[in-house]
Amino acid sequence: MIIDSIKNGIVIDHIKAGRSMELYNLLHLDRLKCSVAIIKNAPSEKMGRKDIIKIDEELSVDLDVLGYIDPGATVNIIRDGVLVEKRHLELPEQVENVIFCKNPRCIVTSEREIPHIFRLTNRERGVYRCIYCDTAGKRSEEE
Amino acid sequence: MRSLIDILDLSVDEIASLIRTADDIIANPAKYAEKCRGKKLATLFFEPSTRTRLSFEAAMYELGGHVIGFSEAMSSSAAKGESIADTVRTVSCYADIIAMRHPKEGAPLVASRKSWVPVINAGDGGHNHPTQTLADLLTIHREKGRFSGLTVGLCGDLKFGRTVHSLISALSRYEDVRFVLISPDELVLPDYIKTDVLQRGGFSFYETTDLEAAMPELDILYMTRVQRERFFNEADYIRLKDSYILTPEKLVNAKQDLAIMHPLPRVGEITGAVDDDPRACYFKQVLYGKYMRMALILMLLEVA
Repeated sequence: MIIDSIKNGIVIDHIKAGRSMELYNLLHLDRLKCSVAIIKNAPSEKMGRKDIIKIDEELSVDLDVLGYIDPGATVNIIRDGVLVEKRHLELPEQVENVIFCKNPRCIVTSEREIPHIFRLTNRERGVYRCIYCDTAGKRSEEE
Repeated sequence: MRSLIDILDLSVDEIASLIRTADDIIANPAKYAEKCRGKKLATLFFEPSTRTRLSFEAAMYELGGHVIGFSEAMSSSAAKGESIADTVRTVSCYADIIAMRHPKEGAPLVASRKSWVPVINAGDGGHNHPTQTLADLLTIHREKGRFSGLTVGLCGDLKFGRTVHSLISALSRYEDVRFVLISPDELVLPDYIKTDVLQRGGFSFYETTDLEAAMPELDILYMTRVQRERFFNEADYIRLKDSYILTPEKLVNAKQDLAIMHPLPRVGEITGAVDDDPRACYFKQVLYGKYMRMALILMLLEVA
């Protein structure tokens, strides 16, 4: 399968196979007017299978959301057809309105304007906890 | 501007400083009688808590300050549906410092992010109660003169007991503290505290159901209430609550300088006969709670 290479834009590579649509939605790529290509199950020497997203426009991607969903992904910035920057991701220290607290005793469940904020409390195990009630939030791959 | 939401918001040095101030207040109360003259504490208690509210009020009065506030949500604008953010900003216009108790976990943190004056968490549901932990720490320090090298027995409901969780977190910043976790199988300490706090910090600890067997090695015995509502089976509750009633007989093999603590209220888990034992510290703990709240108010108001 051939997808045209992009001239100015972003390639999110090494996405764990099957997670590209989740990223597409969380990064609100559906709101873009430019071309967005989603390649699923591409062969990969390192990963076996991987997903790739190509965005034909240079925009600022929420690296925290990306890092939370798939810390193994890489972000490649392309300008004039040339790779100018490659960013490796890691789990962000904090995410806002990405994980939602389900503890009925937590204040966020009774006051809707309060943002749901989770902080990384154990990097090795990828554990995030609600800053208000300390309830552990499950990363989507654990669900 | 500082607030106190979680006991870990305070560094070890700051806790040491609060203890020094509390010790000085105990030794020289007259020196502090006018420190907060002209200042107002607002006690925003969205659920009833006579003990903690009175402690805060007594603390502010003994510093020469004034107290305003409410003691249940129905007498506040929250009953009309006002947000915490709006309530706390409004109260910030009247008071110099706020003590808040709320049934929802995290409410004082939300308040501290919106308030223009310091906010003290006076208990948020079953989550945090840092000023109780300050009372516990002052009690331990005054009884033992140190935190390091102690063997601390925690007995009763270790699963839901917020005071136990906060005390473990606070003590986990000192060296060579050993924990003995005494509880029925149904109420053991949550795994994440064992892994994230105790194991990660390299602390020595073990779990047991046998209070009397553990007794001889303890320097501190921190009793908590086994709550009936946590059990599905009434027979289990009755069987288990009886095994954790502290009586003079169970203290026969305890150290002579054991400190017996309890965050109170107790509902039968320490018999009245133990009150006469000089090792019983739970009413001193109440008194020390007031002194630590005084020290905390001075620190957060930056009153020298």
